[in-house]
Amino acid sequence: MVANPTLLFPERTDRAVRSGPAVSEKLLAVENVSLEYRTRERIVRATHEVSFDVYGGDRFVLLGPSGCGKSTLLKAVGGFIEPSSGTISLDGQIVRGPGADRIVVFQEFDQLPPWKTVLQNVAFPLRVAKKLARAEANERALHYLDKVGLAAFANAYPHTLSGGMKQRVAIARALAMQPRVLLMDEPFAALDALTRRKMQEELLRLWEEVNFTLLFVTHSIEEALIVGNRILLLSPHPGRVRAELNSHQYSHDSFGRNDFQRSVARIHRLLFEETEAAQ
Amino acid sequence: MSSPATLLPPIRDEYERPLEPPGDLVLEAPLPLGKRVFAQSWVRKVLIALVLIAVWEIAARVVNNDLLLPTFGATFIAFVQGVLSGELLQKTAVSMSVLLRGYLLGAALAFVLTSLAVSTRVGRDLLSMLTAMFNPLPSIALLPIALLWFGLGTGSLLFVLVHSVLWPLALNTYSGFQSVPATLRMTGRNYGLTGMRHVLLILMPAALPSILAGLRVGWAFAWRTLIAAELVFGASSGNGGLGWYIFQNRNELYTDRVFAGLAAVIVIGLLIEHLVFDTLERVTVRRWGVQH
Repeated sequence: MVANPTLLFPERTDRAVRSGPAVSEKLLAVENVSLEYRTRERIVRATHEVSFDVYGGDRFVLLGPSGCGKSTLLKAVGGFIEPSSGTISLDGQIVRGPGADRIVVFQEFDQLPPWKTVLQNVAFPLRVAKKLARAEANERALHYLDKVGLAAFANAYPHTLSGGMKQRVAIARALAMQPRVLLMDEPFAALDALTRRKMQEELLRLWEEVNFTLLFVTHSIEEALIVGNRILLLSPHPGRVRAELNSHQYSHDSFGRNDFQRSVARIHRLLFEETEAAQ
Repeated sequence: MSSPATLLPPIRDEYERPLEPPGDLVLEAPLPLGKRVFAQSWVRKVLIALVLIAVWEIAARVVNNDLLLPTFGATFIAFVQGVLSGELLQKTAVSMSVLLRGYLLGAALAFVLTSLAVSTRVGRDLLSMLTAMFNPLPSIALLPIALLWFGLGTGSLLFVLVHSVLWPLALNTYSGFQSVPATLRMTGRNYGLTGMRHVLLILMPAALPSILAGLRVGWAFAWRTLIAAELVFGASSGNGGLGWYIFQNRNELYTDRVFAGLAAVIVIGLLIEHLVFDTLERVTVRRWGVQH
């Protein structure tokens, strides 16, 4: 399935050629994508001609107020929604439906089938989508559960876990699949503030360890700046590209820093003040 | 009264306290024995059964007519005699064998119909049309036609049994499929599951609470239908079930045996409910935390 596995983990090749200006290649291309959804009476345009490129190893964030179609855009990349115009392509292949090369971590806690234990939850897609043997699937599942610190809960059922732990299982499950792109749809929005911060730190640590490519949807400016290395700002009703910014320089330590606060203010201005002035 | 309303609260010192070990504080104590015993659901149920039996016994003694209402004691003796002579057991076995066959056949058909309904639009319309048409139709009303088509035998019984199980189970299963969270469906499709594999691996387990409820309802409907059908056309080739046993003994005015036959239906119902369905629930939906 995976044409070039090094693209998913570009760090591996990067380390070898760190001396040169080696950069990853374009992985996901979204070109002029318009998305629509139907209500009973009308067709509503969720996004209008949105274009962006995600490179291997990116932590690409879609940021915007509610109603900017960022979640719809993520679902379109996942293949759950077909664009009404424009194309989404992964490795040059046009996305035509859901597939195991783009695993989604949803916001909702009910994304884990309740009839499977934590280990079975992680191993199940490995068995059905990757056709791994039971032992191999369990071994890989345990490896990634260990990475998110849940190896001790392998045999627990999801309903016995806290919200943060459930999201960790979903992340472990997604990472174990080694997707080309990991899609996260406001994965921490339903968590309390302290757990959310911890999960952001863990996600960054995991990214440093495993170096996956991430497409992350959020409505929190701070979360976007901390989690992402590149941010696409979308305006609401319908979603149009407002700006694309860099945020690789920020981490949790930069919270109080002046440049961080300036970035927050800048995004805030881009998202709200100028939109309101225009309307 | 002396203080004006604009006074600010005083600035107090901060303080920290070290965490002390709890010492000999009692953190857990066992419940008293009576409460622990009463917390067992079977103890409460046995108590309810005993009360009901006492009411029956008193009512029967007040009526004092064995032909109308035999006492619990008399019924119990008739029941034990029926079991010992093997007659009651043999009739029960006949009924159960027909019942299980009809039940499984009905469940299989319900599964096929609902699988069609979740995967195609025509299937969905077919299911909603058929259930709307046939669900209100009592199985017994179909018995005359069944007798005409399949003759006086097991075929007719199976036909009405399937009819009684199929529609409630299909309705329950389908509503269960519809209430599966969209996130869970998308996860399944994300793994590349489609068609039958999606139904079997995602929808079925996720809808299991509704499916189990449908199986319970279907089971009760099947029992009623079977006993009623046996009462109507009695034995086929001299080999009747529990309904026939009840009917025959009523004709001969052995009211205690009629009650013993009814008791057998009740006992089997209780056993299946508690041993089969409750166990099934405990090892699945309760364990998964989707039903409490």
